[in-house]
Amino acid sequence: MTRTRTVVLVGVVVALLIAGVGSWYASSSPDGLEATAAEQGFDGTARDSVTADSPLADYATDGVEDPRLSGGLAGVAGVLLVLALAGGLTLVLRHRSSGAPTDVEADSDADAAADVPAGRD
Amino acid sequence: MHVPDGYLDAATTAGTAAVAAAGVALALRGARRELDERTAPMAGLTAAFVFAVQMMNFPVGLGTSGHLVGGALTAVLVGPWTAVLCMTVVLLVQAVVFADGGLTALGTNTVLMGLVAIGVGYGVFRLLRAVLPATRTGVLAATGVGAFLSVPAAALVFVLLFGLGGVADVPVGSVAAAMVGVHLLIGLGEAAISVAVLGAVLAVRPDLVRGARDLARGPALAPRPASAGRPTAPTAPTATDAR
Repeated sequence: MTRTRTVVLVGVVVALLIAGVGSWYASSSPDGLEATAAEQGFDGTARDSVTADSPLADYATDGVEDPRLSGGLAGVAGVLLVLALAGGLTLVLRHRSSGAPTDVEADSDADAAADVPAGRD
Repeated sequence: MHVPDGYLDAATTAGTAAVAAAGVALALRGARRELDERTAPMAGLTAAFVFAVQMMNFPVGLGTSGHLVGGALTAVLVGPWTAVLCMTVVLLVQAVVFADGGLTALGTNTVLMGLVAIGVGYGVFRLLRAVLPATRTGVLAATGVGAFLSVPAAALVFVLLFGLGGVADVPVGSVAAAMVGVHLLIGLGEAAISVAVLGAVLAVRPDLVRGARDLARGPALAPRPASAGRPTAPTAPTATDAR
């Protein structure tokens, strides 16, 4: 059986490849909501987000000329950021009553929980 | 379908923010029950994966594209409450860092792609799992239909919100027809991607799929003492044991 740590690592690599490389090949057509808004005439009320000046706004990296690299870097940064935030949140919430007695709170290493052997309920 | 700032008026935006906050608060409680030693490592990965795949817009014709929302897929993988948290993190990062979806519209987007897509996607999944055979194919079919319906459902709720508090003066009926029509097409892509990803995880580690745990068998997947849970196939008692 593939170890949990291996599954998670492979999954992260796949996500990084999709966001970092694959996203270049994504359709740049307006999405369903944008297209509907334009067609129905309610797109005019859209306002720029206050975060529109973010260094990664619109999935482009500020200061990186090459559009492919710019988008890829933004995607990789996003995957890592989401992984850290969602992984951290779920580690904090994870209930330990049924898990192996690992000290999650004392251990900030996200990998520590990635490969806990099957514990007893 | 990331709603930008300015489509909906302040009252509707505030209302959806309140609903989103309540939903996330419930999810924080519910996720504690879902997150165990097998779900927890998957949750961060699932959120990161959803973020990545949401960048992959696919064409649906007529100069329009769509992307995976991932409500049904996420809920089947890690459980619905944890899925709400994963989706909220994805939407938060998209809004704050990538200016994708408005910042004041974050609550609206959390309602649409978090609560509605996950609620409908997972609800349909559970309904179908109850009637379909308990096989891998049954799980995939239930996920596919749930994923498909979750997208037009979220689009329909956007139309309802637009009817309540759309800023532009546009007839809601034609918005509804256009939104639901294009999101039925996007739903097909949602179903295809969800089934493909779930099929891959089921092939490698079915026990990591929370919505398919009842399928998992074998000693490595049964940490409970046999007497505590339902009997699993390998230890079916023979007639002489039954005393």
